[in-house]
Amino acid sequence: MSDQPLQFVTPGDFKARARAALDDPALRQSFRGAMDFLQGKRTSQFPDDTELQQLRDLGEAVRRHALAQLPALLEQLEAKLSAAGVQVHWAETAADANAIVLGIAQANHARRVIKGKSMASEEIELNHYLADHGVDCIESDMGEFIVQLAGEKPSHIVMPAIHKTRGDIAELFERHIPGTRYTEDVDELIQTGRRALRRAFAEADIGLSGVNFAAADTGTLWLVENEGNGRLSTTVPDTHVAIMGIEKVVEKLEHIVPLSSLLTRSATGQAITTYFNLISGPRRDGERDGPRELHLVLLDNGRTQAYADEQLRATLQCIRCGACMNHCPVYTRIGGHAYGTTYPGPIGKIISPHLLGLDATADLPTASTLCGACGEVCPVRIPIPQLLVRLRTEANRKPDEPVAHPLRGQGANYNRAEDLVWRFWSGAFAHPRAYRAFRWTATRLRALTPAKQMGWTQHRTPLEPAPRSLSDLLRARGQPE
Amino acid sequence: MSARDAILARLRAAAPGVAANAAPALGARIDTHYAARRGPAAPDPLVLAQTMQAALAASHADVWCASADAWPAQLAARLADAGVRRLLLDPARAESAALARVLPDAVAPVPFDRPIDAWKAELFDTIDAGFTVARSGIATTGTVVLAPDAGTPRTVSLVPPLHIALVHANTLHADLHAAVHAERWHAGMPTNVVLVSGPSKTSDIQQTLAYGAHGPRRLWVVIVTGPAAEPAATACQELPR
Repeated sequence: MSDQPLQFVTPGDFKARARAALDDPALRQSFRGAMDFLQGKRTSQFPDDTELQQLRDLGEAVRRHALAQLPALLEQLEAKLSAAGVQVHWAETAADANAIVLGIAQANHARRVIKGKSMASEEIELNHYLADHGVDCIESDMGEFIVQLAGEKPSHIVMPAIHKTRGDIAELFERHIPGTRYTEDVDELIQTGRRALRRAFAEADIGLSGVNFAAADTGTLWLVENEGNGRLSTTVPDTHVAIMGIEKVVEKLEHIVPLSSLLTRSATGQAITTYFNLISGPRRDGERDGPRELHLVLLDNGRTQAYADEQLRATLQCIRCGACMNHCPVYTRIGGHAYGTTYPGPIGKIISPHLLGLDATADLPTASTLCGACGEVCPVRIPIPQLLVRLRTEANRKPDEPVAHPLRGQGANYNRAEDLVWRFWSGAFAHPRAYRAFRWTATRLRALTPAKQMGWTQHRTPLEPAPRSLSDLLRARGQPE
Repeated sequence: MSARDAILARLRAAAPGVAANAAPALGARIDTHYAARRGPAAPDPLVLAQTMQAALAASHADVWCASADAWPAQLAARLADAGVRRLLLDPARAESAALARVLPDAVAPVPFDRPIDAWKAELFDTIDAGFTVARSGIATTGTVVLAPDAGTPRTVSLVPPLHIALVHANTLHADLHAAVHAERWHAGMPTNVVLVSGPSKTSDIQQTLAYGAHGPRRLWVVIVTGPAAEPAATACQELPR
């Protein structure tokens, strides 16, 4: 669809991209404005702080309750959906999930896939994979469509084209959609997008979507959207394929009531979105539309690693609202692309190490001021700052140190010299005699302090011991040490 | 080992297990939260209708109240004014039949009597509006609850540029929680239930709200209040003349 190659970036280049983003005033203005807007929208939905805190308690309880019995709920969901005629697939890795979707496409002789918004499909880079095998994927969410035309990836999980101005989009549409003139009128641009995609819905062989929530008790997939493209993708083509992270299931349909309210209010500041689309099976005999075949792909892709550790399991409580990125001072300044991961911002920093390994994402947990805003707005109370600190610890742990639940890429930031300094430091501070000896030496040999002190002196003046220690000063005043 | 078994085995190795009575306790907490927000009094249907109207209007829908006697003629006239020529409806439903009887010649009722594959292009290109009767409504968020069936399939409320939903005032619930409980959703769901709270919209271009993204550009909701013009009709605004 696009004549530009997809830009594949990796989280390994994070620092260079962050620096470039900081030097781009247009991008910074774009994100600052968008984040202020989304923060305001969210605040307007929660005028009563007591209600908000109660609802967050419920949201957290629902998610933790579901995770506590996740294997049983997945089996229940599978049994319920299978009984309704849904084909349930399990994928351990991104490659497995891609192969499953391609298999479904090939079995149906499908050439054209129309996609509703799905971050899980972004995570496995499905479009690229299917295109390599002769199957065209068209993104139908307006933001995703814009990003696809530009040959880019989403910069925000809820607002994929948030980095684009209306001028950028006007140019894209003029260049890529035949018969389109340049206009910055948003209504006209949206109508152009609507016209361009209308035929694609009718002609697609497969509709592909994500899943916001799944209820194990009724076997229901709960999809949340505003545009109607998700409904069209899951209704009009003969086959519907839904992709879902294994963590999204909850025990009961009624448990989704508080979650759905938290999601729409936290994400876009809406009391409810235009459509809640609750799917519990394919077309039944006598029904005249809806997909004849319905597939659900359950995706692990590193989630079981987070699950294994009791503290890190909280990562999987996420309902993908994006509030953490909307309130993150780092995300606001560097935008979503700098991270080089499917999920940017605070949630991306704690989920990506499980999807890609700490070795590939070593810079991400450090890209935080630990200001705590993300944890404060999280609708399901994920302690994101604490998890960032934990991931820093794992990244700095000795690669071969045996631990109960080793993370892929453990010790990616391990530095022998730094480790020695810290060992020396903690040894000196734990033993009074060693400390006194260190103090005596440090104050007298202060002239020998190195001017370059690893990362510290990149942006700061060198640390130098004072000529006299606090203890010495106190003793000189006649006060006990 | 299959992928399924491998994933489940990894989860089981770490699953902490959960107290068997945790779910009822969680359900009760959710119920208590919503019950407290609704207050002790049973909701007044008139207040619900007003709340519903205000919420839908705020979401850019056209919404009005009408008595059971008056709505078909009112709606028929309005459809003609809007230039609707082909209206999708289910003639087997009492409400749709009542509407069909009073439609002017300019507005042709079209039944969804074939599988979608048999007339996809026609459905996409020639139908101006779709008429549905909601299973219920949710007042606080201004939501119509649709349960598509053989006579009124899913695309009736989705593909035509105008969607008209009829909702009976006596089916209105205060909030989603009340709807889920009163209608016993846990006892089993149809293949598809759709909650519609306005016309299709998007803010994907510079956070600027635009309507008619991929679904219907316009949503009309008729709240049917009673058999005749009761005082109810004055509580909730009628169609402006």
